[in-house]
Amino acid sequence: MALAHDETRAGRLDGADASATVDNPLCGDRVTLDVRLDGGKITEIAHHVRGCALCAASAAALSAAAEGRDADSLRSAREQIAALLAGGAPPGAPWEAFGAFAPVAAYKSRHSCVTLPFDALDKAFAGT
Amino acid sequence: MMFDPGMVRAQFPVLARTVRDAPLHYLDNAATSQMPHAVLDAVAHHETHSRANVLRGVHTLAEEATDAYESARADVARYLNAEPDEVVFTSGATGAINLAAHSFGGGLREGDEIVLSDLEHHSNIVPWQMLRQRTGVTLKFLPVTDEGRIDLARLDSMLGPRTRLVSLVHVSNVTGAELNAREAAAAVHAAGAKLLLDGAQRMAHGPLDVAALGADFYAFSGHKMFAPNGIGALWTRTDILDAMPPFLGGGEMILGVTREHTEYAPPPRRFEAGTPPIAQAVGLGAAIRWIEAQELAGVESHLKALTARALDGLAALDNGRGQIRVLGPAGLQERLPVVSFSVEGAHPHDICQILDGHGVATRGGHHCAQVLMERFGLTGTTRASLALYNDAADIDAFLAGLDDAIRRLT
Repeated sequence: MALAHDETRAGRLDGADASATVDNPLCGDRVTLDVRLDGGKITEIAHHVRGCALCAASAAALSAAAEGRDADSLRSAREQIAALLAGGAPPGAPWEAFGAFAPVAAYKSRHSCVTLPFDALDKAFAGT
Repeated sequence: MMFDPGMVRAQFPVLARTVRDAPLHYLDNAATSQMPHAVLDAVAHHETHSRANVLRGVHTLAEEATDAYESARADVARYLNAEPDEVVFTSGATGAINLAAHSFGGGLREGDEIVLSDLEHHSNIVPWQMLRQRTGVTLKFLPVTDEGRIDLARLDSMLGPRTRLVSLVHVSNVTGAELNAREAAAAVHAAGAKLLLDGAQRMAHGPLDVAALGADFYAFSGHKMFAPNGIGALWTRTDILDAMPPFLGGGEMILGVTREHTEYAPPPRRFEAGTPPIAQAVGLGAAIRWIEAQELAGVESHLKALTARALDGLAALDNGRGQIRVLGPAGLQERLPVVSFSVEGAHPHDICQILDGHGVATRGGHHCAQVLMERFGLTGTTRASLALYNDAADIDAFLAGLDDAIRRLT
């Protein structure tokens, strides 16, 4: 819940290099991510979430660790988090905050709440 | 025979299980209801002893399967006070409305008008939007009152010489509000249009007379009335069915096929291409006979009392703070037992997950009613929906779980 209420990097970025909004078709939740990029790496990120606590917490955790990362690094993070949701080990640094989502593994219907911010970031990168 | 909720409850084996170490309190009946032994046994018996394809086989099992399938059609017809040939089996209410949109709607032209409402489930919006794309028909939407009812006072102003169809939800899956169908039908018919009712949420609550309601089409699903998934029906009058072209083509719906031409079977088979969901139909027939055997006046009183207990409990939890907002009629009249609400500062899915930890199954989200959610300025609600097997312990567990959720989330 602390992550869900973390307002750091919440909001929008003026003049972002890439932005994307994705909806969760199951529930209508919506995540918008804005990024500023330098050489393919994120230098600044902001998230705007209209969604549940898990989605908000995931967006906050993603944003907290995303600066300095490129698309490959984020893809790796997503794979580690998918493994976590499948019952595997928590992700390593700098994604260790996602270890808090380990209990979500037992709730398949909530997995997409955690991964929705990554979908938004993928979409933003795809548009650059 | 007096209605005894304890005896009814004992007929539903799933209600004896636990969920996350708590007794199951199943309050997601507007999504899918559970099946009693009578239905489970009927399906198992059919699949064990009489499983075969219908209509064309001449062996004993095929004849038994055909008899069972047509007997289920007769059960549906009796439940609706209609004729068996007026009942087209579909995959559910969505399939039924899509059938109407394709076959009846295919006869409409650009500029013809269809009236819907902001209370509709997506299954009664999207098929008509697709028809609009195909034909250029115009869609109009009746507004919803602050109580979560279709605003019938606005209906006359929506009707005109080009209105061909008004398609409305009989009972809302979000607010529980029951439409005054006769009032709607009088206005619709005075304008020379037809009335389709989406009865998905109404059918579990006892037999009805679709013609007396003034409906021209009635769509419903079996799985919301104690029957299996994958079966439902569209009822409409023979004169309307006779004029409707087929929707899907294939086996079972023909009289003869040549390289050049197909002669279609008369309704209802004209609309049932392919092998139908036979065991599911058998289950639907069993569910109907089971409902008919209940003491329905007692069921109605029981469900009203439980709905009142839930609404009173929500008000008590809120304690005047204005944090809990109920979407739906304040009273119990013309309302079925669906209780949807939002909690300021808590997402419905988070509430549902905490409730699940208490063994309470509810549903959170937009309930396939995003137009209604927009009307109320919400993205979703939490919904507790009741069936006759629910009891006071279910409601109390729900309220205790919600209290816990609110403390943890806000």
